[in-house]
Amino acid sequence: MTSRIASRRPTRAHRFFRHPVGLAASAVFGLILLVALFAPWLAPKDPNFVDLLMAKAPPGDGYLLGGDPTGRDILSRLIYGARTTLFGAAITIVTAILMGVPSGILAGYFGRGSDRALSWVSDAIQAVPGMIILLVVAAGTRSNFALIMVTVGFIMAPGYFRIARSTTMALRGEDYITAARVAGLTHLRVLRTHILPGIIAPIIIQTALAAGLSMGIQAGLQFLGIGDSNTPSWGAMMAEGFRFMLTDPWLLFWPSAALGVTIAALALIGSTLAEIMRMPAARARAQAPVRALPAAASPEGHFVSTPEAAAARVENLRVAYRGEGGEKQVIHGISFDVAPGEVLGIVGESGSGKSQTVFSLLDLLPHNGRCEADGIWVHGRRIDNLAPKDRARLLGSELGYVPQEPMSNLDPSFTIGFQLTEPLRVVHGMRRSAAREKARAVLARVGIADVDRVMQAYPHEVSGGMAQRVLIAGAILAEPSVLLADEPTTALDVTVQAEVLELLRELQADTGMSLVLVTHNFGVVADICDRVIVVRDGEIVESGAVEAIFSNARHPYTRELIAAAVDTETLRRDLDLQAGAHPRDHQIIELAEVTK
Amino acid sequence: MLVFLAKRALAGLILLAAASTGTFFLAHLAISDPTQALLGTAATPEQSAALAAKLGLDRPLLVQYWDWARGAVQGDLGTSWRNERPVGELLSLRVPVTLSVVGFAVLIAGVFGTIVGLIGGLNPGSVFDRIVQGITVILFALPGFWLSLLLILWFAIWLRWFPAVGYVRFGDDPIGWLRSISLPSVSLSLGAIVMVGEQLRNQVIAVSKMDYVRTLRSRGLPARHVRLHILRNAAPAALTVLAIMFASLLSGAVVVEAIFSLPGLGELTQSSAQIGDIPALLGITVVSVFFVVLIYILLDMAIGWINPKVRVH
Repeated sequence: MTSRIASRRPTRAHRFFRHPVGLAASAVFGLILLVALFAPWLAPKDPNFVDLLMAKAPPGDGYLLGGDPTGRDILSRLIYGARTTLFGAAITIVTAILMGVPSGILAGYFGRGSDRALSWVSDAIQAVPGMIILLVVAAGTRSNFALIMVTVGFIMAPGYFRIARSTTMALRGEDYITAARVAGLTHLRVLRTHILPGIIAPIIIQTALAAGLSMGIQAGLQFLGIGDSNTPSWGAMMAEGFRFMLTDPWLLFWPSAALGVTIAALALIGSTLAEIMRMPAARARAQAPVRALPAAASPEGHFVSTPEAAAARVENLRVAYRGEGGEKQVIHGISFDVAPGEVLGIVGESGSGKSQTVFSLLDLLPHNGRCEADGIWVHGRRIDNLAPKDRARLLGSELGYVPQEPMSNLDPSFTIGFQLTEPLRVVHGMRRSAAREKARAVLARVGIADVDRVMQAYPHEVSGGMAQRVLIAGAILAEPSVLLADEPTTALDVTVQAEVLELLRELQADTGMSLVLVTHNFGVVADICDRVIVVRDGEIVESGAVEAIFSNARHPYTRELIAAAVDTETLRRDLDLQAGAHPRDHQIIELAEVTK
Repeated sequence: MLVFLAKRALAGLILLAAASTGTFFLAHLAISDPTQALLGTAATPEQSAALAAKLGLDRPLLVQYWDWARGAVQGDLGTSWRNERPVGELLSLRVPVTLSVVGFAVLIAGVFGTIVGLIGGLNPGSVFDRIVQGITVILFALPGFWLSLLLILWFAIWLRWFPAVGYVRFGDDPIGWLRSISLPSVSLSLGAIVMVGEQLRNQVIAVSKMDYVRTLRSRGLPARHVRLHILRNAAPAALTVLAIMFASLLSGAVVVEAIFSLPGLGELTQSSAQIGDIPALLGITVVSVFFVVLIYILLDMAIGWINPKVRVH
């Protein structure tokens, strides 16, 4: 692990300096740093040398930027001011790191009591008004510069504490650290070799920000007149300039510009570092020219209707996703149709591209996905060349969608009643009372007994099975002619699975709509589908009527899927027989399904 | 709800007690001989002793603390050492000024932060988003008083749109009041705008990827309605930042108040610290922490209203 990080670090530094913003910002800051370090050699004059004739003088006569109100060289004072500013920031940073980082690592690594105690202290420090503390310390120590900056560091320590704590906590959870502990490494060794390298980068980023903030506070205090008048400082120069702002604006401009540029450079260094940390090596933003996605097999053989007669028809669908390493095609030409009133199963393992097919049909692919097709038809109307707005108009009334995870598919902030009635009111122009009536009727139809309670409930207040019924209700509210159900039972308990499938079958039979059911489970297919297409790695490997496929699957992948389903079925039946379908056994069955 | 409020109020009282106790002892530690600051270095030991006796500084520190705390609990924050006026009266003059400026700044930050964050979050990677991201980095780092100077130069001196310095009371002249707090509020709000905007942007991006947003779209819901769902779910994080900004500006606007010559809490803090007026400093601490506690309770109530999952029954 250490070697991995060690080998990665130079590339990060390399990338930082190749980043134009990072390079420019660090060049500017490096220059300011050099000026501060070599101030005595660079400054043309003694910063406190007074030449009364030069008071507020324009540039010239050896005073390159002119003189200040008491006749001192502005440039020299700016150069020495950089020294003061950076020195103060350094004190702050060292104090804050010494106080915040070790305690943060401690709290994050050992957790429990030490974490609670240290976090409380950190929160308490943040609650106390920092400016009052600073001003009191300044008054009490007669503006001792170093002590004031130490106090600033004290106020900033909670920032470091939080970052060190959360980073350590995240690293502590990693498997390799648990493994290292099990292997007998001492805490100290684990901290040194595994934790420390991991928190250095976030600490550096935080330091770039904290240094800027500390300079701002420092200048603010100096602006208020806190500090030694003999030490040149940008803040004090700004205060002086502010007084003569109307007559001599340059007096204010120079120190303000120096402070602004320094802080901006630090901020840009910090943000560039953070960006490099977040982004993996390959630049995802590199805009590859949009190319046509290649198709694999010919679409023949998977259609049962003409484009005009089918409820929905997809011809040669290709889907690709933009990712870290460029664009990756996940569907290589899928073609199918579904006749009115037909139940079509799309079967395959997770990752085979089933859900992407559904999202393409709905035009709801994520931002980084795109699809191409030779044609998509709904009720004989070609829709893949429609404007997004017109595509969206099909949703709800033509195409309904039942998602997989019941809990994550309901908006947690709105009542179920609101989520059901909103599209009726907004899209279909129903009055509030009519929409409520309709929603209640559909909820009752999908088998919800306690309609009043569910209408007023928030999603977290209902069970998973009930939430799935609510989602089915939402999908059929506007009476779509094609219902697309994406693994509608996978996330549910076994008993509830059967009920929900039964419900879908009933609804389909009652309304005569077409149903496209995406699943990984051939058992579900056997229960409810008329016809099935089997998808693997974004291609159709086999399609046909359900009985035909079950009795005579040609592709080995299909046979594998069928065998897996039959195993589960047998297992389930056996267990049901043994234990009388005791609730606890569902967990065993589900476990069996998961491990399979 | 009442239980929740009572609990939060109790926690707030504990924080209030802890913060004021901490400030009491810190102030006495830092300002070891307040009479020196009050009388100046020319004072004779006799004068110092007389003043110390008058202010009760000759008693043990714990007795002084007990005295102060007993008064504070009864609503009496003591008497300023500087001009012997009740601290409560001093504060009642200063608090409205600071509250006006900070409240206005938070309002500006809330409105513009929401606009900026929503536009950026709904179109991440767009030109607008990238420009705002660049500005955010720099505006976040620059101190508020630095921006104040810029704004004064531009809007008060060159354009003469607003008065450069001074405060007009609302009761005297509402328009003048608004003009007098405009520049300081704007300069305080710039940093807050980008913080609120950044937080909201990231939350909007995160919420937009949620399953339920796709499901809402699948019902045919128009984009502007979907956006309301996204905004409501993204709002708590931005509101939290807004509350934090309020809390930190309340006691942190010292330099900006000095620049605009606003007779607010910041100016009182600075002058009281300089002269070692500990009762005034304690009063400021109590008032600031009180408002911070109040704001956080309001924040929790707002978040509970937005997100029923965290609502306390």
